[in-house]
Amino acid sequence: MSQSEPVPTSTANALGLKVELGRDRPIRLDCGVELGPVQVAYQTYGRLNADRSNAILICHALTGDHYVADPHPITGKPGWWSELVGPGRVFDTDRYFLICSNVLGGCMGTTGPMDDNVATGQPWGLNFPVITIGDMVKVQARLVDHLGIDQLFCVVGGSMGGMQVLKWAQSYPERVFSAIPIAAAARHSAQNIAFHEVGRQAIMADPDWCDGNYLQQGTRPHRGLAVARMAAHITYLSEPALHQKFGRNLQNRDTITYGFDADFQVESYLRHQGSTFVDRFDANSYLYITRAMDYFDLAAENGGVLANAFRGTRTRFCVVSFTSDWLFPTSESRAVVHALNAVAANVSFVEIKSDKGHDAFLLDEPEFHATLTGFLEGAAAHRGLPRDGGTGR
Amino acid sequence: MMTVSNGNLRVDLRLIADMVEPGSRVLDVGCGEGALLDWLGRTKGVDGRGIELSMAGVSAAVSHGLSVIQGDADTDLKDYPSGAFDYVILSQTLQATYEPRTVLSHMLRIGRRAIVSFPNFGHWRVRLHLLTRGRMPVTDTLAYEWYDTPNIHFCTIRDFLDLCRDLGITVERSVPLDRNGQTLAIPSCEGIANLFADQGLFVLSRRG
Repeated sequence: MSQSEPVPTSTANALGLKVELGRDRPIRLDCGVELGPVQVAYQTYGRLNADRSNAILICHALTGDHYVADPHPITGKPGWWSELVGPGRVFDTDRYFLICSNVLGGCMGTTGPMDDNVATGQPWGLNFPVITIGDMVKVQARLVDHLGIDQLFCVVGGSMGGMQVLKWAQSYPERVFSAIPIAAAARHSAQNIAFHEVGRQAIMADPDWCDGNYLQQGTRPHRGLAVARMAAHITYLSEPALHQKFGRNLQNRDTITYGFDADFQVESYLRHQGSTFVDRFDANSYLYITRAMDYFDLAAENGGVLANAFRGTRTRFCVVSFTSDWLFPTSESRAVVHALNAVAANVSFVEIKSDKGHDAFLLDEPEFHATLTGFLEGAAAHRGLPRDGGTGR
Repeated sequence: MMTVSNGNLRVDLRLIADMVEPGSRVLDVGCGEGALLDWLGRTKGVDGRGIELSMAGVSAAVSHGLSVIQGDADTDLKDYPSGAFDYVILSQTLQATYEPRTVLSHMLRIGRRAIVSFPNFGHWRVRLHLLTRGRMPVTDTLAYEWYDTPNIHFCTIRDFLDLCRDLGITVERSVPLDRNGQTLAIPSCEGIANLFADQGLFVLSRRG
């Protein structure tokens, strides 16, 4: 850990913790831009033990945030993994110290395109540098430095969070004792890039987007962002899940109306998903973060051979996929497992039977939770973590 | 995992466990719920990994803190680098693989040694069954009808020894077992073992 700059202090308020990083030592982004200072909003749960060995970094997905187990400040809904976090739960707060930060480019407190560029006093908008998964991880690593933690006991995340997990394991192998990439991939597939492009085009086609300068214009491209969310939301579910939930059921009516109103429940549901999403998410953030996922290709970054990303690794991996996930299908997880096998890494791999699609990692899946608990248990035994995590409880 | 929690290990797995040196690196192919890996880890300090076909087995093993992947011997062994393990174990599974010859070659490529056990189709009871009844044998160790058996490549001990010779594999040790997995009072799997052993257990290494 190099900590030449003055130690920044975190501030806490009702919305969580916040710290400014990289004021004296800017963060060099993959695109070549030096970015700093960077505000990082984060949340912690549990207590760091004396030898700082019980920290788990949770990486959130595309539209997630650091409110893992707190009510969301805008929607008021429970945190996205609140079922998994708490005393005696999968991520046992009596045992582990959990950290989750809003990603770089995000819109929930960490520096992103909706924040003001200090140099101009105007919102960054499209002048914000294009970021990568690797850049997000660099910022997280600075936060972990700031918290005085050399090695994370575990880095875990689903979807884009799982991409960050893989990037962590490749960039900082000595700092990652165990890694759990869930419903993830080592690269974004052509199909996934295609879906993202549809979402971005929907945003940019909205006149209220104003070439990215909507904040200066006092507007928001709500319609475009809502369509982007609707399209993306379909990819998070499975066909059986959609069918089970809605079938061809009509919405508050007995017959079709021969019009373009939301006749079907599934339409109404998607419109609701779209319209609530725009209250909590920034359109330009959506452009930047989807782009970061598109650019992710861990094999390409390592001479075209995915196994090179993990050569010599001592990290214990647990790769998890879900049977009905067609956005990040099991074959993508299996490719990661094959690469890890090729370097004789310590890896577990479980494909969880679920009909809930990609979103299964956010939902109540007992077998998934048992897998996480068991893997963490095994890793904790190898790390020599006492049952109370050494937190002295 | 009853076998794990009460500290006992199935008798044939115990025999295999006794063949593994403490502190070695082990890959258990077809590890089930990981009873052998768990035992080796706890009592011999072995760095163990497993491959298992059934999701239920993988799930149980990983939930128990073991390093096990969902996969199968036919497709997943090719990924591993040469010499990655001290032992590669294949217990009662060789006859269920599509390409036993390739599987065996890979085992001895990625492991310094291979430990293999399989049911012996040359046992006198099997021969008698086929001779007298003219039907595919269904016995305690081969408890399937021909149409639902996962065992698609049966062999006799003699067949197996021929294959080892073909592949340039050294049989370091062989143990004939009865139907309960107990050692028979026959010194090795050579000769009459092919008639009297229900199973054969072999420790193999690469020649040279």
